[in-house]
Amino acid sequence: MSTTVLTVDDSRAMRELLRFALAEAGFRVLQAEDGLHGLEVMASEMPDVIVTDLNMPRLDGFGFIEAVRRDAQYRAMPVLVLTTEMAAEQKNRAREAGATGWIVKPFDPVKLVDAIRRVSA
Amino acid sequence: MTTDPMAAIRETFFQECEEQLAALEGGLILMETGAADSETVNAVFRAVHSIKGGAGIFALDALVRFAHVFETSLDQVRAGALAPAPHVLNMLLRAADVLADLVRAARSGKPADEQRIAALVAEFAHLGDAQPPPKKARIMPRWEISFTALPALYAKANETVLLLRELQLLGEMHVSLDASRLPELGMLDPEGAYFTWNITLESACSARDIHDVFEFVTEDCTLEIDESESELEPELQPGSVITGANGFSFEFFAPVETETAAAPETEPAPPIAASIEPSPKPEASVNATIRVDLDRVDRMIDLVGELVINEAMLSQRVLEAGINRASGVAMALEALEHLTREIQDSVMAIRAQPVRSVFQRMPRLVREVAAQTGKQVRLITEGEGTEVDKTVIERIADPLTHMIRNAIDHGLETPEKRLASCKPAEGLVRLSALHRSGRIVLEVADDGGGINRARVRQKAVENGVIAADAALSEDEIDNLIFLPGFSTASTVSDISGRGVGMDVVRQSVAALGGRISIASRPGLGSVFTLSLPLTLAVLDGMVVSTGGHTLIIPLSAIVETLKPKLADIFALDRKINVIRLRGGYVPLVDVAESLGYREHRATPEQAVALLVEGEGGMRAVLIVDAIHGQRQVVIKSLEANYRAVPGIAAATVMGDGRVALILDVDVVIKSASSDGVRQETVKGLYAPAMELIEHG
Repeated sequence: MSTTVLTVDDSRAMRELLRFALAEAGFRVLQAEDGLHGLEVMASEMPDVIVTDLNMPRLDGFGFIEAVRRDAQYRAMPVLVLTTEMAAEQKNRAREAGATGWIVKPFDPVKLVDAIRRVSA
Repeated sequence: MTTDPMAAIRETFFQECEEQLAALEGGLILMETGAADSETVNAVFRAVHSIKGGAGIFALDALVRFAHVFETSLDQVRAGALAPAPHVLNMLLRAADVLADLVRAARSGKPADEQRIAALVAEFAHLGDAQPPPKKARIMPRWEISFTALPALYAKANETVLLLRELQLLGEMHVSLDASRLPELGMLDPEGAYFTWNITLESACSARDIHDVFEFVTEDCTLEIDESESELEPELQPGSVITGANGFSFEFFAPVETETAAAPETEPAPPIAASIEPSPKPEASVNATIRVDLDRVDRMIDLVGELVINEAMLSQRVLEAGINRASGVAMALEALEHLTREIQDSVMAIRAQPVRSVFQRMPRLVREVAAQTGKQVRLITEGEGTEVDKTVIERIADPLTHMIRNAIDHGLETPEKRLASCKPAEGLVRLSALHRSGRIVLEVADDGGGINRARVRQKAVENGVIAADAALSEDEIDNLIFLPGFSTASTVSDISGRGVGMDVVRQSVAALGGRISIASRPGLGSVFTLSLPLTLAVLDGMVVSTGGHTLIIPLSAIVETLKPKLADIFALDRKINVIRLRGGYVPLVDVAESLGYREHRATPEQAVALLVEGEGGMRAVLIVDAIHGQRQVVIKSLEANYRAVPGIAAATVMGDGRVALILDVDVVIKSASSDGVRQETVKGLYAPAMELIEHG
């Protein structure tokens, strides 16, 4: 059973890019358009790793990570955030919310896969 | 998203690997015969080296590790440190086989034979015993790392085991666990962190590389990294670990040496076997695609179609013979039915292709037409990956081309006119494809001025298509543009003056079993919707009988079946009945009457009714005598074998060998809907055109 990655991003292009890169590396990919949608998806299928954007409508990445960490069944689930080089403050906020690690945009597929492998068994 | 360059590069890499593997084997065989010179040895080394390099880019770790061990030995042969004795060459040839396996495993995503790899790596290590590599290779930068996790590290779902695993990839690693701070069980905080790992890492990596491993946890741990030059590693037996010239070592494959539980990925290598099984024959090279003559595929589709019919006949015979449904024969037959269905799907999938090939031609067309008309146009395409049967693809290119020409020529306004109506100068044409209830739907939408209904109407009156006082709905006016020889452009332009009108588009689409419709909003634009069957070969249908005939109703059109009550049926006039359905009214059609099987209507309460929905959401309730069940049927063209019959889409051969007709639901609905009634009144004025609307 391959590792299942939930990608949460409101940009369709970004979701597709992630899906492509991850599927290429042999991951199973679930997709959600924002934090709320992400929680909905997780209610029906448990991913192994989450990759989430921060700036999203309805429920942003910070709120999403907090919600994930609050739920006992998801506490040990690795969550990687997509962030830019410039946003050190964002990275710290995400860490405080409980993010496991981060992927700096723009990422290359190898780095993305490396980051996921780094946090998942 | 279109094709990813990464995927293409990866494919290229695997193709190159196959070439390198061939060169590698050829070189090694030459070495075995003793006919090799130093250039051969170099070529062999290069082959392995370049596979390793490429594999690194694509993070194919297992491949990199093995290629590295292999390369190290080859390097020794090249440097003269290892003589190419027969047993060495034998081993190198087997290593080439393993490398080929690993490449193919990486390509197909299947796991490689770990045991065989580990055994061979152990053998390589043994080879080193006999001829230890030069001492200088064993002097390595040594890193002393102290790592203490804080509770916050675990709270963020980080894992120390994973960090150590990654650190291990950098080089030869020894870990000792300091658990002295671990309290009594009663005092233990389950979410606490009590361990410190003291790590010795021999690696040519930089401090930055080590920090990178701990990147996510830097602030949630205490980390000390010190560098110390190491002499010969004292605990290690010489040669027990293969060490490369670049300083990477591969404990992964080495015999067990762990001092703690902290290196969970370190698997003990199996004892070095005196005889290692001969390598199985390498698999035939992996090919992503093969080219097959289309005729062969078509022949197969025909045969599978016959198989489906035969299977159905057999089922029928078994049923007629009164064989129990629970009997072995019936059950075996059911399995056969599933299998037949699966074969059919698989064969159909061979022919399925994405519409991309057609979509890709459109940008150029748009540029040309834009230049000819002096308009600014942006084309957006969506759903390029939507798959459809090859025969369908081949035949949608022309209609689509014309629809896009039409959208730019007639739909979009000139830049000046657009700016005047507060739109951007650049017009938008959106071409999209999607699957909807077993059909492919193609849309060409523009954000132009929409259909000028006044002009269309005027033109229709001028051409004698409609009477000057005919009462037509907006929809009906819009659909007049599909009539033969109809053109509304006030100046006959180069684009539309090519002798192809929307009527021709409609006809060619109808010939494919497809439909075209238009929705237009004045000032906002028009959407042309083209819907086609995914395949022209099979259909899921409901078998019904009425008026003594067997008919097939396409399953995709059926919404539900119901038992009509007389009290719910109302007559609008002599010809038209409607049925009350959940508060609304839906036209009622007696199929047998509509097809001329009988004169008078069946008594509704003795019949079965099917609520069907056609293109554009138009609904009707069809009355038939009985429903017999669902069946996949092979479509046989009626036009090709007999002639076109209004109301009938095609024919099929049933299990008992009789021919059944497939109902054209849209035609039947239209004949019953209120539109049909109104069309009836204008029919006399321009009969041929209306035929087309009704039967198109």
